[in-house]
Amino acid sequence: MEVGQLQRKFVDYTASLFCEGFLDEQFTQLQQLQDESNPDFVVEVVSLFFEDTEKLLNDLTRALDQQSVDFKKVDAHVHQLKGSSSSIGAQRVRNACIAFRNFCEEQNTDACSKCLLQVKQEYSLVKNKLDTLFRLEQQIVEAGGAVPMVG
Amino acid sequence: MIYVIGIGLKVGHLFLMLCCWIVSVISMNWLGNGGVMDIKIDFLGDGGKLWVKLWEKISGNSFKVHHHYYQYIGSKRVRKTWWWKLLVIWVGFFIIVSLWVYWYMSSQAVEKRKETLASMCDERARMLQDQFNVSLNHVQAMSILISTFHHGMNPSAIDQRTFARYTDRTAFERPLTSGVAYAVRVLHSEREQFEKQQGWTIRQMDTLEETPVQEEYAPVIFAQDTIAHVVSLDMLSGKEDRENVLRARASGKGVLTAPFRLIKSNRLGVILTFAVYKTDLPSNTTPNERIQETDGYLGGVFDIESLVEKLLQQLASKQTILVNVYDITNLSNPISMYGSNITDEGLQHVSGLNFGDPFRKHEMHCRFKQKPPWPWLAIMTSIGILVIAMLVGHIFHATVNRIAKVEDDYHEMEELKKRAEAADVAKSQFLATVSHEIRTPMNGVLGMLDMLMDTDLDVTQQDHVRNAQGCGKALVSIINEVLDQAKIESGKIELEAIRFDLRAILDDVLSLIAGKSQEKGVELAVYISDKIPEMLIGDPGRFRQIITNLMGNSIKFTERGHIFVTVHLVEEVMHSIEVETESSSKNTLSGLPVADRRQSWVGFKTFGQEGSTTFSSSSDLVNLIVSVEDTGSGIPLEAHPRVFTPFMQVGPSISRLHGGTGIGLSISKYLVGLMDGEIGFVSLPKIGSTFTFTAVFTNDCSNLNEQKEQHISNNCSAVSSDFRGMKALVVDPRSVRAKASRYHIQRLGIHVDVVCDLNHGFSIIGSGSKAIDIVLIEQEVWDKDLALSTLFASNLKKIDRGFPTKLFLLTNSIGSTRSVIPTSGNYTPSVIMKPLRASMLAASLQRSMNVGNKGNYRNGELPSLSLRNLLLGRRILVVDDNNVNLLVAAGALKKYGADVVCVDNGKKAISLLEPPHQFDACFMDIQMPEMDGFEATRRIRDKEYNISTRIQHGELSAETYGNVSSWHVPIMAMTADVIQATNEECLKCGMDGYVSKPFEAGQLYREVSRFFL
Repeated sequence: MEVGQLQRKFVDYTASLFCEGFLDEQFTQLQQLQDESNPDFVVEVVSLFFEDTEKLLNDLTRALDQQSVDFKKVDAHVHQLKGSSSSIGAQRVRNACIAFRNFCEEQNTDACSKCLLQVKQEYSLVKNKLDTLFRLEQQIVEAGGAVPMVG
Repeated sequence: MIYVIGIGLKVGHLFLMLCCWIVSVISMNWLGNGGVMDIKIDFLGDGGKLWVKLWEKISGNSFKVHHHYYQYIGSKRVRKTWWWKLLVIWVGFFIIVSLWVYWYMSSQAVEKRKETLASMCDERARMLQDQFNVSLNHVQAMSILISTFHHGMNPSAIDQRTFARYTDRTAFERPLTSGVAYAVRVLHSEREQFEKQQGWTIRQMDTLEETPVQEEYAPVIFAQDTIAHVVSLDMLSGKEDRENVLRARASGKGVLTAPFRLIKSNRLGVILTFAVYKTDLPSNTTPNERIQETDGYLGGVFDIESLVEKLLQQLASKQTILVNVYDITNLSNPISMYGSNITDEGLQHVSGLNFGDPFRKHEMHCRFKQKPPWPWLAIMTSIGILVIAMLVGHIFHATVNRIAKVEDDYHEMEELKKRAEAADVAKSQFLATVSHEIRTPMNGVLGMLDMLMDTDLDVTQQDHVRNAQGCGKALVSIINEVLDQAKIESGKIELEAIRFDLRAILDDVLSLIAGKSQEKGVELAVYISDKIPEMLIGDPGRFRQIITNLMGNSIKFTERGHIFVTVHLVEEVMHSIEVETESSSKNTLSGLPVADRRQSWVGFKTFGQEGSTTFSSSSDLVNLIVSVEDTGSGIPLEAHPRVFTPFMQVGPSISRLHGGTGIGLSISKYLVGLMDGEIGFVSLPKIGSTFTFTAVFTNDCSNLNEQKEQHISNNCSAVSSDFRGMKALVVDPRSVRAKASRYHIQRLGIHVDVVCDLNHGFSIIGSGSKAIDIVLIEQEVWDKDLALSTLFASNLKKIDRGFPTKLFLLTNSIGSTRSVIPTSGNYTPSVIMKPLRASMLAASLQRSMNVGNKGNYRNGELPSLSLRNLLLGRRILVVDDNNVNLLVAAGALKKYGADVVCVDNGKKAISLLEPPHQFDACFMDIQMPEMDGFEATRRIRDKEYNISTRIQHGELSAETYGNVSSWHVPIMAMTADVIQATNEECLKCGMDGYVSKPFEAGQLYREVSRFFL
């Protein structure tokens, strides 16, 4: 594919991610932090986010499966998740986390389980989207073009 | 009646007392129902015991009261039914009591009546008996008379005539007898002789015919005249009389007949018969012997009816009772002797009568004529008791109802209060959240604009960006206001205590508003009294906020005239009359009338107290009084009370016209309160408003000199020394304005003289007594007479003493200055735009005089390049438990060139930050598991303090600790939550500041620059 086309596709795709609310301006700021001295910053951060989140989600699933749910622990996990998701600008994950924390305060196990499902879903969605985005980026780089700045 | 009322009152009082006690006792130990029963039993029983027991109960139970009370509040339902039962029992019990009282009292009354009747009846009976007996005795005496003078003498001394006369004359002695008669005993054998001797035959009683042959006869020989018709009648022929006669002679006593109708008078009467014996017989004589010895029979007719009547007439209370007299010899058929036949079944009393005849029995029956009166006393008493009981019951009922209602209300209120509080919390939370949510993107926007400014832009673009930045900042400030309001409502605002320069702050505010005031042509001036120290300790941010609010309001509503801010010491204002006279005249900044500012502090407590006792002059406290005076539209009178209420504006149209949230003044009022001050205002519609507030700060006199140096070097550093020692002349007819101008010029170290017109000014310059370097002329003076002005200018030029005297025009608005320049001809004065500020004034003077034109660092610009300069090469420790956050924060700091080390928990941070270390700063997340940021900071500070003191005491050598004797690494909190991480809280645990997550260039710069500059 041509570099120009790839670039356009990249821009459109990024815009759609912002439009649909998967990402917010925090992601843009993240992109701005990436420069020559730190060329893979965004990918680094995001993959760390993936790694962390998967671990957290596993912990959460285990915690909620327990007979007597330790809501303090659950809340701490969700707080972590909320912090990291807001740091990378994964807006929808963060919003789901906010709802999750409210139910944690109420100690509502059923609602928490539902929230966990939702968080998982949002996470897998944003993961897919970001993976696609990075793939596109890679393709552009491989094709010898520059990744355009969006935002 | 009084007695009744008295008793009623007493009884009522007693019962009330009792009720109170019972109620109180019952309410105390309602759970132990036994208590109630005890009381009931006691109450019915022994009164004395009751009180003792009650007392014991009360004293015994008083300590349980609260316990029980709370318990029964808990079980409302049970209590209700219980009260209800008690009430019913109460009412029922008192109905019984009142009935009993009624019964008892009325029976008492009946008893009394009975007694009265009995005594009256007995009295009458006795009297009747006595009188009868008197007559009886008299008749008996007469029988002896006859026995003596008729039978005892021969010939007889008595004949019918004698007897009639005697009896007539002695009739008074026998008031009850209507007549007496004497019959002799005549045997059949003696009849003929007897009839012959008397000259008449013996006749039968009922037929009046001659008596048939009998064994014996008892013909009447003597009779009182009243009954003379009975003479010659045989007493034995009448059935009653015969029986009487036979009984009389057998018994030797007076005997009575049954009552019968008297022949002549047709009234009821009885006949008393005495036998006359031949000899005086002893009492134990047998009846037979008596019969043998009988000579004759004396009879007296008693008119019982008239007898009783006479008797009753003699007694007083004849009217009240009815008397009946009966002969009850034959019990089954009593014969009425007196009185009407009444069938009334009322109260009656029976008294026995003894008329001396054992055979005949008589009775007297008495009745009251009237029916018994209603027992009013009993009725009243019982009704009284009942009424009191009902009243008490009602009070009790009402009280219980009331209590229940109040409790219900209380619970309802409690519920409502909870809801309201919850709503309030939710509102504050909402405000905080929303404003936070807005702030975060706004910070992004502003940050981007910051960055945009750094890029290569043309003039238009820069203008646009600047506008956008201004709008964004305005928005952020509004959000901050709302956040402030939320903080005020949750009481989370605390003041800082920082050293600050009051004058610099006012200059800042002035420069903020200057643009608007110049646009509008409104004159703006600040005057700060010399007596106010250079440096104060307090919260400059909040003070600035108040001033900005007040001035912002003023500029919003002022279209012409002026806005004038004055700052004095409270003591100054209180003691100097000068201030007052100045403001009272029309001598104001712009010449327009203003609201008298003294009115605005009339209500202040500080001034209400006599003298200056409240301020100890020796103390470090500085009492400021700040007035903001404008000539705006004023506040309508009806809006005055609402001025300090949040979200209140004069009217909806105002908010549309001028915008704003309407909480500025309320926040200001709160802030002033925090500064131990008061705020007040006076406002005259169409004339203007003056807001005045007081505030208490601490005087920073400890190292005043050092501060002064610093202040000067900070403020107008290089330039101020250039002007030191110069002399200036201000030409201004208005002393107030001149004073303000002088204040600013003097701050540059220039000596200032003030004259009121050009001529006067020139004469001073011309006299040459003082070398004037600068002349500042109010534009108003300049415009008044342009010819004179030009002359003045050219004259000024002529006086040349080796250095030029510079001429300046002081002007308000951009528009008016243009007209000046061409008319001033050959000599163009430099124009200085008001409002005057020390820095701006210095710059203007510098420009026109070309004094020390050094590239001065301009305030207000915030290059992110400088942030890079600040952070480049700094070693910074970032602590966050969230790896992603850690990476992002580190990335941001690295971008500015910092050398970043990351750790993911507080413990690692503590060990890394243990002196000696190489870190220049630390950014710490607040919310972390295991150990939060506050705790970690506290521990780090503890360690640092420990080591620092030990170094200072020489226990540790400074070399080991990098020659640093006092360790204090700047620690900044990182947080996403605005409300949680208040500055105060951070400061409390030893942090030096806080930055919001994600980083915003401006804020980061502000915080970091405090340590790295």
